[in-house]
Amino acid sequence: MTALVSIRDVDKGYVRGKQRVEVLTGVNLEVQSGEFLAIMGPSGSGKTTLLNLIGGLDKCDKGEVIVAGERLHEFSSGKLARWRARHVGFVFQFYNLLPVLSAERNVEVPLLLTKLSGRQRKQNVRAALELVGLGDRARHKPGELSGGQQQRVGIARALVSDPTLLICDEPTGDLDRESSESVLELLELLNRDHGKTIIMVTHDPRAAEHASRLLHVDKGVISAEPLGTAA
Amino acid sequence: MIALTQIVAVTAMNLRNIPQRLGSSCVVVVGIAGVVGVLVSVLGISTSLTDTLLATGRVDRAIVLRDGADTEVSSALSVDAALTIVDAPGIARTAEGYVAATINMVTGVNLERIDGTLASMTLRGTGAAVFDVRPEIEIVAGRMFERGVRELIVGASALEEFAGVNIGDIVSLRGSDWTVVGVFTSGDALESGMLTDVETLLSAYQGAPRNSVTVMLESEDSFDEFRDALTTNPALTVDVLRETEYYSRQASFINDVIGVVTNFVAGIMAVGALFAALNTMYQAVSSRSVEIATLRAIGFGQGGIVVSVLCEALLLAVVGAFVGAAVAWALFNGTTINMGSVNASIVFRLEVSPGLVAQGVVWACAVGLLGALLPAIRAARLPVATALRAV
Ligand SMILES: Nc1ncnc2c1ncn2[C@@H]1O[C@H](COP(=O)(O)OP(=O)(O)OP(=O)(O)O)[C@@H](O)[C@H]1O
Ligand SMILES: [Mg+2]
Repeated sequence: MTALVSIRDVDKGYVRGKQRVEVLTGVNLEVQSGEFLAIMGPSGSGKTTLLNLIGGLDKCDKGEVIVAGERLHEFSSGKLARWRARHVGFVFQFYNLLPVLSAERNVEVPLLLTKLSGRQRKQNVRAALELVGLGDRARHKPGELSGGQQQRVGIARALVSDPTLLICDEPTGDLDRESSESVLELLELLNRDHGKTIIMVTHDPRAAEHASRLLHVDKGVISAEPLGTAA
Repeated sequence: MIALTQIVAVTAMNLRNIPQRLGSSCVVVVGIAGVVGVLVSVLGISTSLTDTLLATGRVDRAIVLRDGADTEVSSALSVDAALTIVDAPGIARTAEGYVAATINMVTGVNLERIDGTLASMTLRGTGAAVFDVRPEIEIVAGRMFERGVRELIVGASALEEFAGVNIGDIVSLRGSDWTVVGVFTSGDALESGMLTDVETLLSAYQGAPRNSVTVMLESEDSFDEFRDALTTNPALTVDVLRETEYYSRQASFINDVIGVVTNFVAGIMAVGALFAALNTMYQAVSSRSVEIATLRAIGFGQGGIVVSVLCEALLLAVVGAFVGAAVAWALFNGTTINMGSVNASIVFRLEVSPGLVAQGVVWACAVGLLGALLPAIRAARLPVATALRAV
């Protein structure tokens, strides 16, 4: 069986001013469907860059990025956008909710890209909010919710279109311990009971404990680390 | 279909954001309101003036000018030519059996207005048959001027506007004194000027030409006969126009001038409004770059983002257009305007019509769209990965 995510010999760098900074060099990575992968590493080591390649937000300079059978490095930006809509749900550190929209409207946003009717959209939104435990907060604006609740709305939005892959960049980076735990338990539940493949970047070793596999990134090089020794 | 729901959704989101940028959004609305206000008012003057001029004049009255002359003032006819013209067939007769035609000389006189400013008033020398050629003239005070003496009668509108033209007042022309002896009404442009005897006037203005001949036709249908007699006469080079035609030609002439001025002023204001729109939309886009990047990450296309930015600008523009049109309407609709010039002083009512408002809205949308285009493109080109880091 082929991996859901397959990264081969990937280089990625940025030009900053006149200087070129290599962030990832010769990176290889495979993620199987149904995994909950945690990625740790120091700041600036290239974790977000790696997630962006997997999620089709950015393109590599060299190598191959194959996700859900598609060769993303060959896609145009329009095609990438359509691919993202179908296959990826993003969870951001700062939630990135649209402040003027209520929780349910925020969750509905990805469904606007589908052919679903208004009624079907409402149903799916309701189900996603129930799943993250916010069935009773549907009409609240993000500003009226706690950080943990906002991140749950973010997760509901990432889930609602039933994507192949959830990509979470420091989903608990802005939360206190308690909220953090409940968000991680939610992710774990989504992985275990709903079979969602999750790739999560985190700085928190206790967050990594919820994952089924842990990788370490340092200066653009990925190494496996046995669970439990991350600290 | 999907694209439409995308656009509607993103635009609705943008619009809900407007309260957060109320100040700069208002600048756009006010700027565009200014453009549309000026445009609608000035175009209103032009169309109302045209309507008035088109409604002025009689079809059974004709005016003869030198060929190629646009106005009476720029026309000059020799004594012989003038006498040949009044001899032509098709002209009505007075009760006494004379031809119903007047040879005219038109000049401007600088006089003091009631408010103290100086302005030019039209003084028209006209012939003995003036009441047959212009039956609408009525003496409402004093008496008619006598031929051969330096006497004037003044139009009722002119009397309201100018000082020192009451009955008994002396008006100084070319160093000689002329006495105002009567007041007349005519319901048209003549009323904004003065009338006197053409021969007396010509003798005071030594060397001045006769400007035109006005004739009352036997009937509306005698025009062709009258015109053909003059235009086929090799001794004459003249233009023969029905009075209605003459005024509509004036209207198009005045409209050309007003058109140039309007486009210039509105153009300058439009550029200002354009930059306001440009600036506001850039600000709107950059303040929302994380939101836009988030939408792009979720899978929204570039097209939806572009259109939604344009829609937002368009909405501000349309609001501005209606505000501007409403202000113009409130200030000017129904106002009476007196447009004076040497050859014709015309009084008309300004009308701000729905057609003009529509024209203003079209302008506003053009300004809004043009101003929002670059910001919209910037929004769509936003590098998603980079913008997401900017949280
Ligand atoms: N768009 C960009 N332009 C220039 N440099 C960039 C860009 N994106 C990332 N970088 C640089 O690439 C390097 C890796 O960045 P990346 O965000 O992937 O690190 P990270 O591991 O996610 O760090 P953190 O833990 O702080 O989020 C950093 O040095 C960063 O400054
Ligand atoms: Mg990062």
